[in-house]
Amino acid sequence: MIGDFQGGAPLNRLRPRGLKHAAQRAVASRGLKHAAQWRRVVTRLVMACVVVLMMTVGAVAADDAATQDMRGVSSAESGSPLEAVMFYLVATGCVVSAIGVCVCKSVVRMAVFLFGALGSVALLYFLLAANFIGAIQLIVYAGGTLILLIFGVMLTSKSPWVRLDASKLEMLGAGAVTLAFLAALWTLLNRTVWPGTHAEAPGTSIAAIGESLLTEYLVPFEVAGVLLMIVMVGAAHLARQDK
Amino acid sequence: MGTIGLTHYLVVAAILFCSGMFVMATKRNAIGILIGVELVLNSTNINFVAFDRYLGPGQLDGQIMALFVIVLAAAEAALAVAICMNFYRNLSTIDVDHGTELRG
Repeated sequence: MIGDFQGGAPLNRLRPRGLKHAAQRAVASRGLKHAAQWRRVVTRLVMACVVVLMMTVGAVAADDAATQDMRGVSSAESGSPLEAVMFYLVATGCVVSAIGVCVCKSVVRMAVFLFGALGSVALLYFLLAANFIGAIQLIVYAGGTLILLIFGVMLTSKSPWVRLDASKLEMLGAGAVTLAFLAALWTLLNRTVWPGTHAEAPGTSIAAIGESLLTEYLVPFEVAGVLLMIVMVGAAHLARQDK
Repeated sequence: MGTIGLTHYLVVAAILFCSGMFVMATKRNAIGILIGVELVLNSTNINFVAFDRYLGPGQLDGQIMALFVIVLAAAEAALAVAICMNFYRNLSTIDVDHGTELRG
């Protein structure tokens, strides 16, 4: 609904109705403005802290991998306590960002939290000894797709802080279904015994991936190239301004 | 803190999948729904890479599948943003509940 756009000044709606004198009203509105500013500052500080924490974790992970590589040990040595600590840190960041995407109302904040989630997933790839996929995740997803999404937000709304809220009933229903599904997945995962190995995994070499792409997976590789070109032409055609 | 195994990664992927599902169900902004789709695709990618590392190390199949998923996600995002722009130009809103012209 167009009336749902709250881009301009939501402060007017927050102003208490009982106040009649102009002076009182001014004081109240100033107080509200201060509160809003403080909330904004605190939110930004928290976000900055999250980003700095994630960058530190990533730097520590890269440093750890580099030193272990120098010693000739694989960077994904199973069972080392450092790996467990790193995993829990990165997984916490990932889950917190994902829940932030669910909770946030404005699309820009959702995109920021999505950036956190994508970065944590890239760190998870590094922990899984998939170096190349982690790098590609950072370049293509966090660098390309996310920017595309933010441009989409800018181009499709009068204000980037658009809010379109779902009703309480929809939220409750969706939450119930999601939690039930999560509980089902959780029990399923805890009961399954995988025949996997916990041996050390050697870091993946990019040469092996390239060779595999050009021999075993040649047809999907070429089809993906054709698909990308078609998508490029199609997106340019769809986004064209009609005269 | 025990040894990190396959199940740990699968649990993280399950949580990501469920949040993506919740976002797709509750947001009415088309770009918000697209963000939910990205979360779901990322959770499947974690599954691919974790299975590759723990069930078949050295085989690379899961990693290459994850690579193709990333390519397809980029293509999907580009097309979806173009469609969103067209939608916004025609209906001057981004609320997906207003796209009812094709309803019978």
